[in-house]
Amino acid sequence: MNPVQVKNLDTHYGHRHILKDVSLEVRQGEIFVIMGGSGSGKTTLLNHLLGLLRPSSGSVHILGQDINTIGALAKQELRTKMGVAFQSGALFSSMSVGDNIALPLREHTKLDDTTIGIVTRLKLEVVSLAGFADLMPSELSGGMIKRAAFARAIVMDPKLLFCDEPSAGLDPVVAASIDDLILRLRDAMGMSIVVVTHDLDSAFKIADRICVLDKGEVLALDTADAIRASPNERIQNLLNRRTEEAEIDPDAYLRRLLGEKDEDEDEEPMRDHL
Amino acid sequence: MLDDVILRFATMLDRLGRATIRAVAEFGFAASLFGQALWWIVMGRARRQPVRLAPIVIQCVEIGIAALPIITVLAATIGLMLAIQGIYTLRTFGAESRVTLGIALSTVREFSPLITGILVAGRSGSALAARLGTMRINQEIDALTVMGISPVRFLVVPPLVAMAVMMPLLTLWADLVGLFAAGLYVSAQLQTSLAAYGDELLNILKLNDFMHGLAKSSIFAALITTVGVVNGASVSGGAEGVGRMTTRSVVHAISAIVITDMVFAFMVTR
Repeated sequence: MNPVQVKNLDTHYGHRHILKDVSLEVRQGEIFVIMGGSGSGKTTLLNHLLGLLRPSSGSVHILGQDINTIGALAKQELRTKMGVAFQSGALFSSMSVGDNIALPLREHTKLDDTTIGIVTRLKLEVVSLAGFADLMPSELSGGMIKRAAFARAIVMDPKLLFCDEPSAGLDPVVAASIDDLILRLRDAMGMSIVVVTHDLDSAFKIADRICVLDKGEVLALDTADAIRASPNERIQNLLNRRTEEAEIDPDAYLRRLLGEKDEDEDEEPMRDHL
Repeated sequence: MLDDVILRFATMLDRLGRATIRAVAEFGFAASLFGQALWWIVMGRARRQPVRLAPIVIQCVEIGIAALPIITVLAATIGLMLAIQGIYTLRTFGAESRVTLGIALSTVREFSPLITGILVAGRSGSALAARLGTMRINQEIDALTVMGISPVRFLVVPPLVAMAVMMPLLTLWADLVGLFAAGLYVSAQLQTSLAAYGDELLNILKLNDFMHGLAKSSIFAALITTVGVVNGASVSGGAEGVGRMTTRSVVHAISAIVITDMVFAFMVTR
């Protein structure tokens, strides 16, 4: 069974249609890259894969379970089997690096402190951060924060790992080392990895298959080589970093100049959960 | 011309409606968060996410023990102020010796819980809002959620419990300090002994008066935490948003405290 299965996912933000009929699946043990420019909907898609947002229609199956319909306890169980490395790292700033990494173990297992310490240091070794357990996140560099976030994401030995923009904001050398880390994690632990990125070099280096998102639609979904060779103009524009001329709607242009707002422009939806 | 007036009126109504809906939604969000927090306290263990003691103790120290010095100073000042004003006012009737009655009841029933509430709202309510807001924009709350850890259980319950435990204790402390400081002034001014003042207090004050103050402080505890959490969770727009919501949380918490205080006094003393 495929670890991730998305069927006909449609989502809205107020009246705006963000994801349009997205379907994809991630196979066991592959590195699957979701690629697209800013505003293509890739972050929204990731949030749906993580079960942080509810779709308007369509379904998201993670490790065989529909993440939007299963019960709270089953969802909690499911979440211990997946790891997430956020773009900013999202390390808890009030805890040391070691405590950050140990948190899932402390919360979800009955392991004693010695074992938790060993596992924590082991994971720090994996991401080449040995000896940094006692530092606070604010004392780490950008690359180290990403590594620590990876260590926390894999501490429960998940079957499925999500990475949001792993190389964003890093210099090329550090970014390349993060790519190597992703490849190593897959090879050593056999996990399926979903990477969301806009970094082309990184995407082609690590990806088994690539899904190109554009304006909320799946533009292409194929192996890295096939995407590179694609005749589609929009994909080639993206690959060769060419900007696209937006189509101009004279009426809308005039309305914008006059400062009139579209009627369906909404305020940000109220947050109804923590 | 008339069209213009109608249009403006319609716009105003539109804004009023939206603001009302937002306020009702926020109130509902607050109630639901408070309910969830209570639910986790009771059901946490059954859901394999027990509420742990260690973070509650840490919060107790932060909210309660760390606030002791400033509460002591302010409670003493309020006690002195009441004594000064009380004696000044009663001198008009030549009734200075009756000042203890006013000091005792107003301190225990009103001033102690109120000043403690306002202080804790300023110190800990705002800190809670700022912490949650920063965690929200840093995706730390999302990180908790995807780890399968309930943010309400992990972030809201410890300060709520700590607040519920510490607020009445702080209020009780403020009672003692305020009454003692007032006694020092009163006994010096009226040339009586502190012991006589103490005796008078014991005659005047009933358990009911203390309970009135402590009950209010428990309600304030729930208000401060809920307001702080709701504002923190609603942060959007980076560091500026955190600042805005932190300020908002202090203003809302203090307003809620003062209004609740009045309503409570009205309901109970009538």
